[in-house]
Amino acid sequence: MNTTLDSGRAPLLQARGLTKHFGAVTACDAIDLTIAPGEIHALLGENGAGKSTFVKMLFGALEPSAGSINWQGKRVEIDNPAAARRLGIGMVFQHFSLFDALTAAENILLSLDTDEPPSSVAERAREVSNAYGLPLDPYAHVGDLSVGERQRIEIVRCLLQDPQLIILDEPTSVLTPQEADRLFETLERLRAEGRSILYISHRLEEVKRICDSATVLRQGKVVGHCDPSKETAASLARLMVGDEVEGARRQPKPVEAGRRPLLHVKNLNRPAAHPFAVTLHDIDLTVHENEILGIAGVAGNGQGELFEAISGEATQDQPSVIQLCGTEAGLLDISKRRRLGAAFVPEERLGHAAAPNLPLSLNLLLSRHQTDGRAYIGSAGFIRNSALARAAARICEAMDVRKGAADPAASSLSGGNLQKFVIGRELDRSPSVLVVNQPTWGVDAGAAARIRNALIALARSGSAVLVISQDLDELFEISDAICVMHHGHLSRPVPIEEATFEKIGLLMGGSDASEPGILEETA
Amino acid sequence: MRLELVRRPRQSALFSVLSPFIALALTLIAGAIMFAFLGKNPVTALYYFFIEPLLEVWSLHELAVKAAPLILIGVGLSICYLSNNWNIGAEGQFIIGAITGSILPILFPEWQNAFVLPLMLLMGMLGGAAYASIPAFLKARFSTNEILTSLMLVYVAQLFLDWLVRGPWRNPEGFNFPESRNFHADAILPEILPASGRAHWGFAFAIIAAVLLWFVLAKTLKGFEVKVIGQSPRAGRFGGFSRARMIMFAFLVSGALAGLAGISEVSGAIGQLRPTISPGYGFTAIIVAFLGRLNPLGIVAAGLVLALSYLGGEAAQISIGVSDKVARAFQGMLLFFVLACDMLIHYRVRLVRSPVRDATAFEGVEKNA
Repeated sequence: MNTTLDSGRAPLLQARGLTKHFGAVTACDAIDLTIAPGEIHALLGENGAGKSTFVKMLFGALEPSAGSINWQGKRVEIDNPAAARRLGIGMVFQHFSLFDALTAAENILLSLDTDEPPSSVAERAREVSNAYGLPLDPYAHVGDLSVGERQRIEIVRCLLQDPQLIILDEPTSVLTPQEADRLFETLERLRAEGRSILYISHRLEEVKRICDSATVLRQGKVVGHCDPSKETAASLARLMVGDEVEGARRQPKPVEAGRRPLLHVKNLNRPAAHPFAVTLHDIDLTVHENEILGIAGVAGNGQGELFEAISGEATQDQPSVIQLCGTEAGLLDISKRRRLGAAFVPEERLGHAAAPNLPLSLNLLLSRHQTDGRAYIGSAGFIRNSALARAAARICEAMDVRKGAADPAASSLSGGNLQKFVIGRELDRSPSVLVVNQPTWGVDAGAAARIRNALIALARSGSAVLVISQDLDELFEISDAICVMHHGHLSRPVPIEEATFEKIGLLMGGSDASEPGILEETA
Repeated sequence: MRLELVRRPRQSALFSVLSPFIALALTLIAGAIMFAFLGKNPVTALYYFFIEPLLEVWSLHELAVKAAPLILIGVGLSICYLSNNWNIGAEGQFIIGAITGSILPILFPEWQNAFVLPLMLLMGMLGGAAYASIPAFLKARFSTNEILTSLMLVYVAQLFLDWLVRGPWRNPEGFNFPESRNFHADAILPEILPASGRAHWGFAFAIIAAVLLWFVLAKTLKGFEVKVIGQSPRAGRFGGFSRARMIMFAFLVSGALAGLAGISEVSGAIGQLRPTISPGYGFTAIIVAFLGRLNPLGIVAAGLVLALSYLGGEAAQISIGVSDKVARAFQGMLLFFVLACDMLIHYRVRLVRSPVRDATAFEGVEKNA
């Protein structure tokens, strides 16, 4: 399987000199890319390298400023996604385009352009999802599904259209290792069927493992075509960012470190708030000072519900269920918990951690108005805009947030940059307790390393950090101990010295019944 | 071939500012066409409608009289709409405010002193707020649709007022006309410049309310809370703001301002309660709020524009003999064009070619492959 044309097979897709200008900015500068039939082609690049813009042009969501696209040897104009789908190009976006109020099957039906009854679409969706190892309930409402489950809908929806070329934008960022393995099997099966895949990722190991060829973008330009299996992760990273990427370095905990518990959750139960929510059962956890506790788990096992319960977006009936820095906080709302020294970073950046249309300075105010009221709010409730703008600039500087304007709207930042901002916003306060859900989802390698290092540094300065993540590599990199969430239960923490991928992976599948949490529930 | 709306990647700042003016211009053009169809000369008709009322001092006073309730209600509604609370019942809150504000001069006509008027204004605001709290409570507690509940309560208020002035509150010296007692002198909201015209202090209240709320919205944490909850409820909850409290706050503020508008209208412009005390101010104020881009200062300007449409309707009735329903037609067109312009700022219209051509393109590709 080779990208080169001399293999004798006509390329499936050829982009020549594809260019896109946004005003004065050139997002894509004369990009050439060739995809052969039946290959998995990686598109690598940092955030802002132009990957998304490029694939949006292939998918007809953006109109190229210059350049041409040849499909099976014939020049085509792809005016809109429907035209791309008719050609046989399917795409799974990183940010899903699903209607929350509709079921999975209805969402799929919407994109199919058929008169098929919903029930038969649902059946086909179930078949395809089973055939490709992507379990999915077609009748579940999207609004109630986790990020991982939503991604499955997108993939199944794409497969139902029987595409020749499938574009996947960072598909594994929400999957467990086992789920990712299953996805890779799916992809290999698709390749064996003669389909091609354009695989956008920043996970270099995974690109090395499954991709036949790679095109690397940097600052809108192609900086190299290569065969990833012949490269090392470091050499690929060098191509991407121009110099060596520094991974997060977890220093072992200092021996004399204090063991004062700062976050203590005792016997937390939370009934499901709606039919598709997860019920939390008897959750116990303690995070001490100087410690990072990781919570692993497949998407949709109650991580979001746990986050809301700890943050105080959902309060408890008993004050003793949550203790923050020694104070019983179960009845307190999120503002009062923040005043006790806690800080929170939820999973969704836009619409939860940040209000999309408001500028960064006001989004800083969003989580800080109660804790730093003096600094940002004057007498009579007046907002001190200049102090806010200075603080926002300080955070952007500290976290290397790249932005186009002095104080842009949150929605105009790329995912990685906004994530750096919302984490920096909390770190800036030096919280005693930080609870963060999916700290690096959909974030490029450079930004992710920066975020992880910042979390480690916070813990080493004496804070307690709770990291909920579906990225096991990440948890192994930064955690002092790892718990696993499964069906609303939380396992006992496994110290990092004893933790292996296999052990954690088994717990994620719920197969270890010797865990006390699970035994107590069934008893 | 069909039309599609495609979201624009970014909105033009220039056109966001121009949009209300473009909407006004389009309304004038459509109005001219309407007059032409009615067999009137469009130029003279528009002149009588929109220019003549501005040429006399007394007429400018009338403009202020009409604009006062529109602005008062409109700025209150802007808080509601910015926080995603769709209060459509300002007309009802206006009427209830007028009724509760009138309790003193109608039931206790002997009690005449300087405290009466401030108390009346206060009771009017409390009445409007209390009436607005009904849909607010229902929404916060039971998630009922506030559009329906607040709208239905308008009819309740209208019929209640009608019953009051025909029944228990009918003027004993009023020859059985369905009207309340005339307010005594201490219960009348004075005119600002009695020498030149009728404009009463209600207009001053409107300006004060608009400036105050502009400050709150633009400069304070409360205004920030309104915007966050309106744009992104989940981020609002993450910020520690309570949705239920915001529902109550928005409805109470807008209800109080509508109530103040009601009692100001009755005590300043009418001088008694009648079966009908509003030519639909509460509904027209919705147009005012949107024409003013939900910005309290913009709403002052928008309130004057729509007040002009009421005056123009009356003037056109006399001078060119068209029905005063024309005013309603203008208001309707204006709302339509405002919303349409806003839509086009956020979306562009795209003509999608018929699928036939796409199908042939597809066949070509297949043959080639």
